[in-house]
Amino acid sequence: MNKNIILYAAILIFGLAAPFIFPAFKVQLSILCVLIVLATTWNIQGGEMGYNTFGNILFYGLGMYLCASVQVGMFFPLAEWTESGGEKTFVHTPSQFFQGMAAGLVVAAVVPTIVAGLIGYAILGLRGHYFAICTLGLGVAAGEISGGIEIIGAGQGFTTPPFPNVGGLEARGEFFYFLSFGALVLTFLAVRAIYSTRFKLILNAIRDNEDKAEAMGIETMKYKIIGWMVSAFFCGLAGGIMGGLVGYIDSTDVAFDGREMGVFMVLMAILGGKGTLWGPVIGATVFHVFKEGFWTFFLGWQYVALGVLIVVIVIYFPEGIMGWLREKYPERFGEVVDEADRKAQVELK
Amino acid sequence: MDFMVFQYPMITIQACLDGILLGVLFALIAYGMALQWGVMNIINIAQGDLVILGGYIAYFMYLYGIHPAWGVIVSPIIMYFVGVGIYKLVINKVVDRDLFISILATFGISILFMQLMNFAFGADVVLANSGYGTTFLFDSNVVLPNSKIFSAFISIVFAICLVVYMKKSKLGRAIRATAQNARAAKILGVDTEKVYAATFGINAALCGVAGALISITFTIHPYMGLPYTIRSFMIVIVAGLGNLPGVAMSGMGLGVFEEFADYLLGTEFRIGSVFLLLVLILVYRRFKLSRKREYLK
Repeated sequence: MNKNIILYAAILIFGLAAPFIFPAFKVQLSILCVLIVLATTWNIQGGEMGYNTFGNILFYGLGMYLCASVQVGMFFPLAEWTESGGEKTFVHTPSQFFQGMAAGLVVAAVVPTIVAGLIGYAILGLRGHYFAICTLGLGVAAGEISGGIEIIGAGQGFTTPPFPNVGGLEARGEFFYFLSFGALVLTFLAVRAIYSTRFKLILNAIRDNEDKAEAMGIETMKYKIIGWMVSAFFCGLAGGIMGGLVGYIDSTDVAFDGREMGVFMVLMAILGGKGTLWGPVIGATVFHVFKEGFWTFFLGWQYVALGVLIVVIVIYFPEGIMGWLREKYPERFGEVVDEADRKAQVELK
Repeated sequence: MDFMVFQYPMITIQACLDGILLGVLFALIAYGMALQWGVMNIINIAQGDLVILGGYIAYFMYLYGIHPAWGVIVSPIIMYFVGVGIYKLVINKVVDRDLFISILATFGISILFMQLMNFAFGADVVLANSGYGTTFLFDSNVVLPNSKIFSAFISIVFAICLVVYMKKSKLGRAIRATAQNARAAKILGVDTEKVYAATFGINAALCGVAGALISITFTIHPYMGLPYTIRSFMIVIVAGLGNLPGVAMSGMGLGVFEEFADYLLGTEFRIGSVFLLLVLILVYRRFKLSRKREYLK
C-alpha cells in the first residue's frame, strides 16, 4: 500500500510538471490524457462488464457538441454563430469564455449520462454480437444525423470559441492540459474507487455469466445501466475538453469519429489489457506514443497501418500488456503460485 | 417533408419499385452474410468493403473498354480468391475465439480495405455506365433504368444457382453439415478448414456479384462499405438465419423503407435512417425476447 502511494504521488507530480518539462508537447499530452480517459471508460464496459461497445463515441461526440453549444449559446445566438462559420462576428471576453467552458463541461458530462441511462434501458438487454453491432449503428447514426442539423453547423462544421487573449498560445496549452489532466485524475480516482467496491464484482459476475448472476439475485439490468452511465459521464467530459482543444467540430470527422476515436478507445484498452485498472492507462500511452511516432512515417498510410495494427493486436495480443505481465509475473498480481507447478509447466514447454 | 406521397400515387409506385429492385441486391449481400454467420459464427464487418471492391473490379473493366456487365462473371471469380486469402490470413485465427474478437478483426480489415481502395482508386464517386437505357411505365410517370431491372434479374439468378448448389453439390452438403455441427462433421471426415475457406470465398464472391451490379446501377465510393454491412446484418436478424425467403422479403422491405426515407426525410438522412432503423429493430427484438423470457417465469 505504501509503495502505491509513492507511485501515485510520483505520477501526479510528473503529470503536474509535464507541460513545463516538455513545453512543445502540451497539446499531445492533453490528447494523451483524453485518450486515457476514453480507454478507461471503455474498459468499464468492454473489460469489466463484458459488453463490447463501439458506441461510447456517441457520448464523446455528444459532450463535444453540447459543451461548445452551451459555451456559445450562453452569450450569443447559436444559429448566427454557426452560420458565420470561420469569420468571427462575436468575441468571448475571458470571463465569458471560462464561465461558458465550466457550464459547458457540466452539461457535457450530465446530459450524456442521462442519454446513456435512457438508451441503456433499451439496448443493454442485447447480448454478444447484437450489442456490439447495435452500438456501432448508434455511433454512425449519431454522426450522420448531427451532420444534417443546421443549428450546430451541419456538414460545414462548428468552430468552438477561440481561447481569449490572455497569455497567448502558452496559456492556452497549459489551460487545456490542466483541464484534461484534471479530468484524467478525476476519472482514474473515480474508477479506482468503483473498482474497490462490490459494484466491480457485480460487473465481473455479469461478464462471466449473466444468467447465473441474475439467478443469484443480482438486478443485472440496473448495474449495467449504472456502469454505462458512469462511462458516459466521463466520455462526455472528455469530449467537451477535446472540442475546445481541437477548436473545430465536424460531425463525422471529429465528434462522432467512429473510424478513429471509436476504434482507438477499444484498441487502447485491449492493447493495455482489458479488465484491469492500469491496462487502459498503459495501453493508451503506448498507443499514443506509437501513433504519434510512426504516423509521420506512414503519412497518408496511417489508416492502412491502423487496420493492420487492429488485426495484429486482436489476433496476437488479445490479453494485452497487462495480461502478458500477469502471465510472466503472477506473484506481483497477488496470485499464489506453486513452484513445483511452474517448474512442471516450464518443462512442458 | 411533404405529403405528395398520398396525393400523387405515382411517386409511391416509383419508390416501391425502386426499393424492391434495390432490396434484391441487399438480399444477395445478406445471403452471403447469413451463410458465413451460420457456418462460421462470424460477423464480417468488412462485408460492405468486399462489395465495394467487387464494384471497383467492374468499374475497371468499364474503364478499359469492356462492358461492365461482364464484371458479373469476372468479379466473383477474383473476389473468391480474395475471400479465401482473407480467410487464410486472418479469419482462420479468429474462427473459434470470442465473438468480439472476430468483429474487431474484421473491423480492422474493413478499415484497411477502405483505405487501400482510397489509394488505389481515388476518393471520387464513380459509376460504370452500362448504356442500357430506361423503361417508362404509366405514361412515363414511373421511370425505371433498365440497369436496375438487369441487376435485380442477375441477383435472382445467382441466388437460385447458389441455393441449388448448396442443396445438390458435395461441397454444399459439407457446408450445411458444418453449419449444423462442426464437430460431428469433422468426425465424419469433412475437412472443416476447407469448408470454412470455401464458405468465406463464396461469401466474398457473392459480394463481388453484388458490387459489380451496384457499380452499374448506383455509384460506388471507397467509404460506402459500412452501410452495406449494416443493411445485410439487419436483414439477417429480421429474417433469421437459414430463412431464405425471409431474407429476400426483408431485403426488399428494407429497400422500400430506404426509398421512402430518402424521399420523405431528405437524402442527407438516408444512411442515418438505416442505422437508426437497425437500432430500433434490435430494441424491438430485445423487448420481444424479454417478454418471452417472462413467460418462462
